[in-house]
Amino acid sequence: MSPTLIDLSYLVAAVFFILGLKGMTRPKTAVRGNLYGALGMLIAVVATLLNQGVVGYSLILAGVIVGALIGAYIAITVKMEGMPEMVALLNGLGGAGSILVAGAEFWRQANEQGIDARIATALSGIIGAVTLSGSLLAFVKLAEYKFVRALKPLDGQQFYNAILGGFLLLMTLTMVFNPTQLVFWAIVAVAFILGYMLTIPIGGADMPVVIALLNSYSGLAAAATGFVLENNVLIIAGSLVGASGLILTKVMCDAMNRSLLAVLFGTVGPKDDGPSADEVYKTVKATSAEEVAMMLEVASRVVIVPGYGMAVAQAQHAVRDLTNLLKSRDIEVEFGIHPVAGRMPGHMNVLLAEADISYDLLKEMDEINSTMEQTDVCLVIGANDTVNPDARNNPNSPIAGMPIVNADKARTCVVIKRSLSPGYAQIPNPLFAAENALMLFADGKQAVVDIINALKEG
Amino acid sequence: MFLLADDLATNVTDPSTNSVIVEAAKSHPFVAGLTVFALAVFVGFEIITKIPPTLHTPLMSGSNAISGITLVGAVLAAGAENNDLASYLGFFAVVLATINVVGGFLVTHRMLQKFQR
Repeated sequence: MSPTLIDLSYLVAAVFFILGLKGMTRPKTAVRGNLYGALGMLIAVVATLLNQGVVGYSLILAGVIVGALIGAYIAITVKMEGMPEMVALLNGLGGAGSILVAGAEFWRQANEQGIDARIATALSGIIGAVTLSGSLLAFVKLAEYKFVRALKPLDGQQFYNAILGGFLLLMTLTMVFNPTQLVFWAIVAVAFILGYMLTIPIGGADMPVVIALLNSYSGLAAAATGFVLENNVLIIAGSLVGASGLILTKVMCDAMNRSLLAVLFGTVGPKDDGPSADEVYKTVKATSAEEVAMMLEVASRVVIVPGYGMAVAQAQHAVRDLTNLLKSRDIEVEFGIHPVAGRMPGHMNVLLAEADISYDLLKEMDEINSTMEQTDVCLVIGANDTVNPDARNNPNSPIAGMPIVNADKARTCVVIKRSLSPGYAQIPNPLFAAENALMLFADGKQAVVDIINALKEG
Repeated sequence: MFLLADDLATNVTDPSTNSVIVEAAKSHPFVAGLTVFALAVFVGFEIITKIPPTLHTPLMSGSNAISGITLVGAVLAAGAENNDLASYLGFFAVVLATINVVGGFLVTHRMLQKFQR
């Protein structure tokens, strides 16, 4: 195949990638969009196989078979709850792939590369390695392996990060003037450590931001590799992914009212000198599943606000049954989804969709807030900071200014939670003690099942 | 357009037929690449801001699969004539990128099917 024809195939592939992303703008067209993306990939790979420079097929075939088997196995067996881990892992693999490709090209062409390609090679190594170690760490954090708790950020972390950054700059300059294999792999090693250092202070509620950011990096690493190979399809696909990750990062940051820098450097908002948890929770009222069932029976509109606790309790199927039961009694049910609920962007939506809850019922924060005052019962399942009215009312709160789901504005708010333990922000939540709020202390799944049984009996 | 310009610049034999764009691409392949990069970022921003939050998780896994485009570079590295370290780096890159591509598209498909109902 002539180089012109191959480049034209790459253009077709790039168009399919763009059409694929465009398909993702609506749930109805999203499956087709994803297939367009896969088709684009197939075209790009087949065209590359016909490149005159590709003469040996045994290594490629072996690699594709091994990779396809592993990839298919993970994709088919992963549970929907495990999706954040899966995405973190895939991000890391993308970064590693970019390092290896840039490294292979550098091994063969080190002396023939121009200055631009040398800088691109260094960038591929840096972005790829930061993505790899950051993603691996995000993966073990999300999977909650026990040894992760022993990993703590160092004192004066930013100082060490600055030194590592300085090293990388210096070595990139060295790459320009004296490119050797040693320098390239040293860059990869230092960037690998930097990726670890940047991710270690970040946890809990900031996880969606990190995953989105690493997603962006994995795309940028591919784009940098595209500059190394002077290959447009890598540049286009990489920058599309880079842009996508960056937008998601911004959406997540806005939803927490935190700047990206604050997340990356692990700083928190103003300290709260407010009342202690004991004081706030003096007026907490506990309730029972039977009592909640009675309230639901006479309600005409119910809003369910899920949080990470629902994912942990795997309560989504029970929630589906409750939704269907209420709807069968002509009670309006909608879901209020906070953008950072869960461990990654869109986490709650995937879990609820998996449980066959129509996406029409899943409302964004702003939309649900406008109807909250007309809601008879708001059922909060495993959410905490994302419904904390202090974000709205208390300018000194660490989460002041963060947009929240206004669960407190419903006529009655029922919070299903195991205990009064604080959420990620480590602050008490006045909602739990509000006049119109009742606490149902139980495991999320069990509580919902109990409510369903009480409704059926009542 | 820039894709073509870049390609023509390396293939056109008669310099008198070169347009201004081809001439520019010929002298600065890096700038041509940067142009493609910048335009693609804008296209990405335009499309992705329209994607509803409901689909953000499939978007991430799907875009992950697309970033497996490094498979193209991996194939070039693994399939070259000389059997050297670079071939083996290429082999591992093929494995990792294929996991990304196959795993990414497949898991996205699994998720999106649940949104079709």
